[in-house]
Amino acid sequence: MTADRTVRMFGGGSGELTAPAQSPTALEAVRLAKRYRGTWALRECTMSVPAGRVVALVGPNGAGKSTFLHLVAGLIAPTRGSVRVFGEPVGQRAAALARVAFLAQDKPLYDGFTVAEMLRFGRHLNPGWDDALARQRLAELDIPLNRKVGKLSGGQQAQVALTIAVAKRPDLLVMDEPLANLDPVARHDVMCSLMAAVAETQMTVVLSSHVVSDLTNACDWLVVLNRGQVQISGEVDELLATHRMMSGPAELADGMAARMPVISDSRSERQADLLVRTGPGTPLHDPRWSASGVSLEELVLAYLRRPDTTSLPRPTLTISDR
Amino acid sequence: MVIKLRLDPSSGVATYLQLVHQVKHALRLGVLMPGDRLPTIKEVVSDLAINPNTVAKAYRELEHEGLVVGRPGLGTFVRRSLGSGSTADHTRFRRDLARWVHDCREAGLDQGDMEALFASVLADSVQEGIA
Repeated sequence: MTADRTVRMFGGGSGELTAPAQSPTALEAVRLAKRYRGTWALRECTMSVPAGRVVALVGPNGAGKSTFLHLVAGLIAPTRGSVRVFGEPVGQRAAALARVAFLAQDKPLYDGFTVAEMLRFGRHLNPGWDDALARQRLAELDIPLNRKVGKLSGGQQAQVALTIAVAKRPDLLVMDEPLANLDPVARHDVMCSLMAAVAETQMTVVLSSHVVSDLTNACDWLVVLNRGQVQISGEVDELLATHRMMSGPAELADGMAARMPVISDSRSERQADLLVRTGPGTPLHDPRWSASGVSLEELVLAYLRRPDTTSLPRPTLTISDR
Repeated sequence: MVIKLRLDPSSGVATYLQLVHQVKHALRLGVLMPGDRLPTIKEVVSDLAINPNTVAKAYRELEHEGLVVGRPGLGTFVRRSLGSGSTADHTRFRRDLARWVHDCREAGLDQGDMEALFASVLADSVQEGIA
């Protein structure tokens, strides 16, 4: 099946539509930093994301998520460092910007326009506009073209904004809090719709959120920003496979903590629960300890509480500026 | 769509494996038959809001086991069914089991009792098989 075959190209080898052959990297930030007046919103931010991923950018308020996304979209210039999208420095060429769609937090739609007028507006501004795709998506969503944007529900407005971003046929779609202010049903619908668009177009997506549970199954790459720095950047499956909650006797906890990096440490008089990072396939022989998997949400929370710990990819997955 | 896939977020089983298990279950029960088309990746993700790669991974796994085959541009199709024994055998065993369930109920056993009993007998017979 076509979708099947193209989806398989994700993350490996030569993408045919998403990434040019020379760059399987969708997004690359090197020591990226942004200062507003006296304050650093982002500092020394270095990461690299392969093409075809759906990236969850999470972190507390004020961690620098919006700043990072604005830098990626070329809407602001970095104070230091650089960011590249598919190998092209951002903000220097119109061609590079045409490959990126940015969906701001406050859904940039005109209330007085009808949906059809919004489409015409999008077509006018974007050379690669895919009108058929836009119309088909809106038809599938039962959103009437002659309705004024201001008369649509919040969920429908989010869907129209997403449709316009997708119809630009970007290689990278950047979304700042696309699920904020939506009710649970609309959140699910928007994610369904986004995943369908990813299956159809093979684009790379970066979206920020502070609700991790909304993203668990949709995102396959996690970036955690904390205090303006990258705390985690990695493949979700690999992160989950290399973190374990170890439960065992409190008196042995220090010994365990000496053997592997501890992300969270909770001890009672007798028992200790340590969230540890294990190497790939690190064996655990000690029968006095039991190991269990962690959810993405537990993992993120544990790291956010310990801003000094990081989990960054092995050298093979990091920046290729050697 | 012949079957609709779903997820159990509380199961703790990896999402792609849940999809693999469901297809296999449907194959065992004869809900999916050779020649049937699995839902497309787009259909699955627009239902479940999951990453298309996850569905692709599940289908790849099924293909690797020789259960389905992807035909470019057409879809992913069931190649063979799962579960051994003929359909006639299945019908007979189902009938026997239904009688057994009926007898258990008559004797006052509830669903939990029956499941425990069945699982225990199954485990014993596996043990004997190994010994």
